[in-house]
Amino acid sequence: MLIVKNLKAKIGDKQILNGIDIKVNAGEVHAIMGPNGSGKSTLASVLAGREEYEVTEGTVDFSGKNLLELEPNIRACEGIFLAFQYPVEIPGVSTVNFMKTALNKIREYRGLSSLDAVAFLQLMKEKMKLVEIDQSLLSRSLNEGFSGGEKKRNEIFQLAMLEPKLAILDETDSGLDIDALRIVANGVNKLRTKNNATILVTHYQRLLEYIVPDFVHVLYKGKIVKSGGKELALELEAKGYDWIKGDLALAE
Amino acid sequence: MSTATLNKTVEEKMALAFDQLSGQKNSNREEAFRDFQKLGLPGNKSEEYRYTPITRALEKNFNFEQQSFAKSTITSVEEFLIPQLESNIIVFINGIYSKEFSRIISPDTEIKISDLQSSLENKEALPYFDKYPKTSTDPFVALNSALWQNGIFIQVPAQTKVVKPVLILHVNDAKSSSLVSHTRLLLVLGESSEFTLIEKSISIGENPIFHTFSEEIIIKENASFDYVKIQNDEGKLHQVANTLINQSSVSKLNTFTLTLDGALIRNNFNIVIDGENCESHFYGLYLLKGNTVADNHTVVDHLKPNSFSNELYKGVMDNNAKGVFNGKIFVRPHAQKTNAFQSNRNILLTDTATINTKPQLEIWADDVKCSHGCTTGQLDEEAVFYLRSRGIPLDEAKAMLLYAFAFETLAAIKNEVLKKYLDGLISKRLNK
Repeated sequence: MLIVKNLKAKIGDKQILNGIDIKVNAGEVHAIMGPNGSGKSTLASVLAGREEYEVTEGTVDFSGKNLLELEPNIRACEGIFLAFQYPVEIPGVSTVNFMKTALNKIREYRGLSSLDAVAFLQLMKEKMKLVEIDQSLLSRSLNEGFSGGEKKRNEIFQLAMLEPKLAILDETDSGLDIDALRIVANGVNKLRTKNNATILVTHYQRLLEYIVPDFVHVLYKGKIVKSGGKELALELEAKGYDWIKGDLALAE
Repeated sequence: MSTATLNKTVEEKMALAFDQLSGQKNSNREEAFRDFQKLGLPGNKSEEYRYTPITRALEKNFNFEQQSFAKSTITSVEEFLIPQLESNIIVFINGIYSKEFSRIISPDTEIKISDLQSSLENKEALPYFDKYPKTSTDPFVALNSALWQNGIFIQVPAQTKVVKPVLILHVNDAKSSSLVSHTRLLLVLGESSEFTLIEKSISIGENPIFHTFSEEIIIKENASFDYVKIQNDEGKLHQVANTLINQSSVSKLNTFTLTLDGALIRNNFNIVIDGENCESHFYGLYLLKGNTVADNHTVVDHLKPNSFSNELYKGVMDNNAKGVFNGKIFVRPHAQKTNAFQSNRNILLTDTATINTKPQLEIWADDVKCSHGCTTGQLDEEAVFYLRSRGIPLDEAKAMLLYAFAFETLAAIKNEVLKKYLDGLISKRLNK
């Protein structure tokens, strides 16, 4: 589904990604871990099309299309979804109206008819249950005055509504207490099918107890320095990131 | 020096126009014209017109030597009306009241509408007329008081709710030549009455138009007044609108000024709160593009204790458009327990768009709650990306954010048909 080859990217003069290779197939969950500043969020942002980052080398193929050529909204229509680390507060735009516009844009792109108000509300009710989010929250301005946990739940609600092929969760666990984490993780797990895939960007192993990955990659200084199964996350948790840094220092 | 010489020329031309009034001249007009001559057109250093190059525009585009009574060729005003809105319609064409196109549907027990000149002659309007415009402080107030052509006198009797709003259309038809017009309104809301006024200007043709409009509005005790001004002219309109509102105790006022188009628009909006327990909300929205210059100067003057005023003006400037906001709040020594708030927020969409904003708060009373603030910025890029990342195209994402920014200013509009119409104008502008 997603094939990233030798991806290099910078912001301003600062090179952040130094040649990333990763392949994600339908049905898989990949975790990308790494210490602060290793480039995890940059990778997520570049895949979603954030324009501050300049891709200097490499390719990203998404279901046969050159992802890097596509506008952010077309990427969304093609099936990429980024759950933001810091979801934006937008006064004056309700989540309900926003989601209705977004969903119908994506449906239009895919050649489906627009959902009418009734069908939309029905779909919304169904997905609300999945992420245990209250309707009153969704009628309010998007994320305005939401707690950290509410914002993250809203991200997962949007994920549920838009049903992307590839969900990229950027530090979705940060700032969540254990109950909120469980709700968010449950939502993500329920949305998993054999046709979609998930990339979890996280600093901690904690989230991976709830969403079990098929593959774990360790990112350090803009490169994937180690890949393995879910046990790699446990090893990292036990030994800390210094273990990776130490190994690399030895190798150099 | 050259500017001063040119100014003089325009003013001299205006003097010729004033001389031609002959029969209509009276002491009010003469005093007003003397005030105008004393003040002169605002020069580059004028504090009140610093950012609004009106004198230059007048020099360049108009010949003031005579009052123009250009003929209009319009055959209907249907297209200028607000769809589905049941309202009384008062039409001025090129400064002259049009009996043909005006239409009063409310019964005369609810509202009395008459010609201002006749109402002055029979002395009905005299107690109220020219009481509030200070011709000695602003040259355009003075100019209008000296040169006004036609005016309307509206009286709402006490204890009366006027069910259907009044829509005033200022049609300026400059198809054949440039045009100068001066119109006038005197409105008196009796005790405990309720009334809604909508005002809209329409420009026709490619030639420049200079229009001044002065309105004196007197709101007596416990009356409630809703006021909407729509400035949506596609022609080359240069307009100075002087609004002077005087509020008595326990009266309520809601205003909304929407400015979308025009060459140069200046709104002098003066509210005197001369009563206790008044509640006043002033909203303004300017969504400017092209080379439009729109200047909102507002003054809220609290003379008496225990009143509340809240002012919110918002603007979005695109292309080379220029916005000006100046908001003064005065709280006089006796006006204790006043609550007065003011906010001006702006978004600039291009590097060449500008806004000059200046809040001014002068408080002489010591037991008051007052605040003011202004912000200017660009669209939040992070918010734009957020919307795009969910499948919404760039232009629509921007429009959604701007609409969300603008919508708040419609808060005071109660008439649903009117609100829908305004909402449509705003959406259309933002989704261009």
